[in-house]
Amino acid sequence: MEYSEKVQQHFLNPRNVGEIPNADGIGEVGNPQCGDIMKIYLKIDNDVITDVKFKTFGCGAAIASSSMATELIKGKTVEEAWHLTNKAVAEALDGLPAVKMHCSVLAEEAIHKAINDYRVKKGLEPWEDKFSQGGHDHHHHEHEIE
Amino acid sequence: MEEKRLVYMDHAATTYVKPEVLEAMLPYFTENFGNPSSIYTFARKSKRAIEDARDKVAKALNANTDEIFFTGGGSEADNWAIKGVALANREKGNHIITTKIEHHAVLHTCEYLEKRGFEVTYLDVDENGVVDLEQLKNAITDKTILISIMFANNEIGTIQPIAEIGKIARERGVLFHTDAVQAVGHIKIDVKEMNIDLLSLAAHKFYGPKGVGALYIRKGVKIDNLIHGGGQERRRRAGTENLPGIVGLGKAIELATQDIEGHNAKLITLRDRLLNGIMDKIPHTKLNGHPVHRLPGNINVSFRFIEGESLLLLLDQFGIAASTGSACSSGSLDPSHVLLAIGLPHEIAHGSLRLSLGDKNTEEDVDYVLSVLPNIVQRLRDMSPLYEDFLKGEK
Repeated sequence: MEYSEKVQQHFLNPRNVGEIPNADGIGEVGNPQCGDIMKIYLKIDNDVITDVKFKTFGCGAAIASSSMATELIKGKTVEEAWHLTNKAVAEALDGLPAVKMHCSVLAEEAIHKAINDYRVKKGLEPWEDKFSQGGHDHHHHEHEIE
Repeated sequence: MEEKRLVYMDHAATTYVKPEVLEAMLPYFTENFGNPSSIYTFARKSKRAIEDARDKVAKALNANTDEIFFTGGGSEADNWAIKGVALANREKGNHIITTKIEHHAVLHTCEYLEKRGFEVTYLDVDENGVVDLEQLKNAITDKTILISIMFANNEIGTIQPIAEIGKIARERGVLFHTDAVQAVGHIKIDVKEMNIDLLSLAAHKFYGPKGVGALYIRKGVKIDNLIHGGGQERRRRAGTENLPGIVGLGKAIELATQDIEGHNAKLITLRDRLLNGIMDKIPHTKLNGHPVHRLPGNINVSFRFIEGESLLLLLDQFGIAASTGSACSSGSLDPSHVLLAIGLPHEIAHGSLRLSLGDKNTEEDVDYVLSVLPNIVQRLRDMSPLYEDFLKGEK
């Protein structure tokens, strides 16, 4: 199993690591049993993601996916960020090994959770999330999610 | 980044080939290449070289020469021992006893036999990875035909009480196989004294070549063949012999067993220096495996709050080659079955690191690892939401 140059770069020099105090939205997914936890913090002004940070417990692909996903949503509107797919994260990393695709799913899921956390805090209805349907378990994502 | 050295600490995975071993092998690629099954002079030289290697293996184990059979490695030897005994003794019984911490070459072979009507008991181990002898005694039934228990564990380094297991098996009339792939060359083995009926070994774990191993089969043990074809290995294992490999195995086992105590003394000093340094410098670290009865070069530790593959990738950036029992390195999502069997929770098992030292490692290597590892662990902890939660809980 080999990681692309991009995955290695993002793993070795992850962007946006850390926490945001008083974040507008926080999303945490995964569990320690599975060996992956991803936590995303969002700062949102006028519906635009002005800052994003992450903390991840996981493998090289999980850390690289977190780093890339945060880069991809920075400066985007909340709605644009909502539509970021795991596939886009994996493609931006020049691909992930098949057994590691679930790491990109985790990133998409964490962003959705953080956005809905923001919406709920603002008194808005949470958007319908495909991950919340049917007791989703990210480890069962053997196939790419569009 | 600090000065990059290259430090190989994954000898449990494989070792380099010693120059003396390579030198012994080389003529058998180029000059003495005759097929040992032929009858001319070329062939006789090859045949003699194989028998010389067989003598060396037998001597290292205190076995008889005609009890040693060469194989394509440790996995083949394990497969042959277990499937061969199971099939040859089917009328006597269909029950096999093994442990939960065996190598996959043993576990997957047992699972294969389970699908074909055999019953397998997988013994628990304690928190140090040691088999419970009472549980073993109680597991033996009149249908038990084989006990297969590894000599030393490849991940956590724990050494089993092999002589006691052998005694129990012999008293109860059950055959005893041990996967000694990690033990040969590192622990003194006497198959007679230890009542071992079958023993697997692999050359590349003790500075020999890859792709060659051996199975010791005590004279009189009923066992079917695994590989069918020609009449090589006294009609027990078909296929033209891996001549240079077998010569290399012979030389390597001779070198490895010349002075096991002297070799271990050096390794243990280095290992303890490394282990003590890790425990001193890195909080929230647990040693896995038996504190005393463990392979001399093995360290297996779990660092809380981090994941093992990330650790390996960062160590690699500093030129350090090591191993982990974390799931993410293997493609499976569960951490090592060995770490789970000794009772580690998943989240701690994920953060494991195995450093296995060998005869080229030096004090400088150990000090280098100690200068790099704590920073890497801290870097990953600083990135970990589990560590963040832990720190918040402490406040």
